[in-house]
Amino acid sequence: MFDIFLDDAPALVVVLPLLISAIIAFMPSKIWPWIFSIITLLLHLFLSLHLLKEISVSGLIIYEFGNWEPPWGISFKIDGVNIGLQLLFSIFVLVSTFYSRKIFLNEIDYRDSGKAYSLWLLAVGSLNGIILTNDIFNLFVFLEISALASISLIALGAGQNRKALLAAFNYLIIGAIGATFYVIGVGFAYAMTGTLNMNDLVIQLAQYSDGQLAIFAGMSFMLIGLMVKAAIFPVHIWLPPAYSYAPSAVSTLLAALATKTILYFFVRLLYEVFIIYPSYLSLFLDFVLYPLSLLAIFIGTVIAIYQDDIKKLLAFSSIAQIGYITLAFSLKDHSGVASGFVHIFNHALIKGGLFMAVGYFAILYKDRVTLNSLKGFGYKYPITSFALLICGLSLIGLPLTNGFISKLYLFQALYTNQMYFSIALVAVSSALAVVYFWKIVEQMWFSEIKFKSEKEDAYIYLPIWIVTISIIVFGIYSTPIIEFSNLSADYLISGYQN
Amino acid sequence: MVGGLFIIITSQNYLKKVVGLAIFQTAVFVFFVSLAKVLDGTAPILTKMANAYSNPLPHVLILTAIVVGVATSALGLALVLQIYKNYETIEEKEIESLELKSDK
Repeated sequence: MFDIFLDDAPALVVVLPLLISAIIAFMPSKIWPWIFSIITLLLHLFLSLHLLKEISVSGLIIYEFGNWEPPWGISFKIDGVNIGLQLLFSIFVLVSTFYSRKIFLNEIDYRDSGKAYSLWLLAVGSLNGIILTNDIFNLFVFLEISALASISLIALGAGQNRKALLAAFNYLIIGAIGATFYVIGVGFAYAMTGTLNMNDLVIQLAQYSDGQLAIFAGMSFMLIGLMVKAAIFPVHIWLPPAYSYAPSAVSTLLAALATKTILYFFVRLLYEVFIIYPSYLSLFLDFVLYPLSLLAIFIGTVIAIYQDDIKKLLAFSSIAQIGYITLAFSLKDHSGVASGFVHIFNHALIKGGLFMAVGYFAILYKDRVTLNSLKGFGYKYPITSFALLICGLSLIGLPLTNGFISKLYLFQALYTNQMYFSIALVAVSSALAVVYFWKIVEQMWFSEIKFKSEKEDAYIYLPIWIVTISIIVFGIYSTPIIEFSNLSADYLISGYQN
Repeated sequence: MVGGLFIIITSQNYLKKVVGLAIFQTAVFVFFVSLAKVLDGTAPILTKMANAYSNPLPHVLILTAIVVGVATSALGLALVLQIYKNYETIEEKEIESLELKSDK
């Protein structure tokens, strides 16, 4: 009897969270919305695993909504590019939902928890839609649902600090401009080709082999819109305040997954559709994305050093890390794209773990966590602090952590492309990451104040440690991540060479 | 389109920014609908009188986009209301000076 559902698995992973979110919105209880969310996400994980099984057999699933064939109807596409991301997404969302319960209870009014989890599932469903969709207008809809849901979630942080409202408002304005730019681009593309389906778009674009100004304008609009949403430097300004004033659980979800899914779509658009104009693509990658990535890496890291507020520090380091990912994607070859995907996976785990740990500190400290307030936390809360230490070392890229694997592959990709200047810059920026992370470590373990260790909440440190252990495991046994990334790169780059 | 963007960038008042955003989005919607026009085309209803039909798909897309736009504006206005409740002003400069004071 389950077969009926399993056939529709590609749709259900998106629709299920959206449906349940409507159901739990008005539950006044403080525990039931969470239980419903956990059950939903367990089912979600089950469906994702089923998709993985199907993909390993067939290699490609195209799900047509209402059985309308692709050029006319909306379709979802699952192949080697996104199955790894889908799996990571499913697992990480489950862990962070587990983590979020105690955090939400502390940071927002418990009567609002139904609404909070409703928005949470809305964000999860729509972000998942971004991963799977094969239709450029459908993407805009998912983009906006996820943006509106996450803006509302960020605004929930106003109970702690009213600046959350300003952060949410700025995100709304800037995000909406980005999304509208994207729609203008879609309009140009549709006017020239009469299609919205990504596979069909490639075929239709081929007839304008020498390229048309309208198409280039449309492509540029789409890319700029997505760059705003993915917080690629210099259009990242909405991100640091949004991440730092959001409730901690929300920062975890957004930092780990929201920008990553959009980056994924960005690279898919570049290498699957716009590849048809190699000269335009290499112009964009070499003269726009590549320099911007280098600037993002350098400036993000330097600003992070001067931050006093830990969540802000992490947010600026996210800008730099997004820079690493786009730097890898701008390399135009297999090793580059693969290392970009490796870093998407690893950075999701690292930043997720860091935001989880800092979020827990914020609750224990009952205020915003600044460098000063961390004094002696290493002795006071050893379990969480140790997890934070490991995640931080991974962010820097020490061996035995997955951050090292990322850096290794990135260096390798840069080396094969003979970009020695970028190698130097990435190395310097990694060294600078030591500076800002050392400031945290110094406060936590080497300040004069000594505390006795206090009891920590297992419901909170368990998810943090799940993430931390996965960081170490993937640092030593990195085959799954490497394989998924190579698979993604295989699919994207094979189109490039044809 | 440019007018809406201009309002968003230049105005100091949050409410005006939301209005500017709405104008900007509406302009894009009109752009989409104008794409659909086919010369001599009529509304896409099956009759013997018509010899060409306008393309209905952009209208459908824009219907979706309008819903998104409404939700964006509504959320923006709700946030402006909350900002007013917390700061008792919605002028960007005044809020900045308030925040500077509270940081000291």
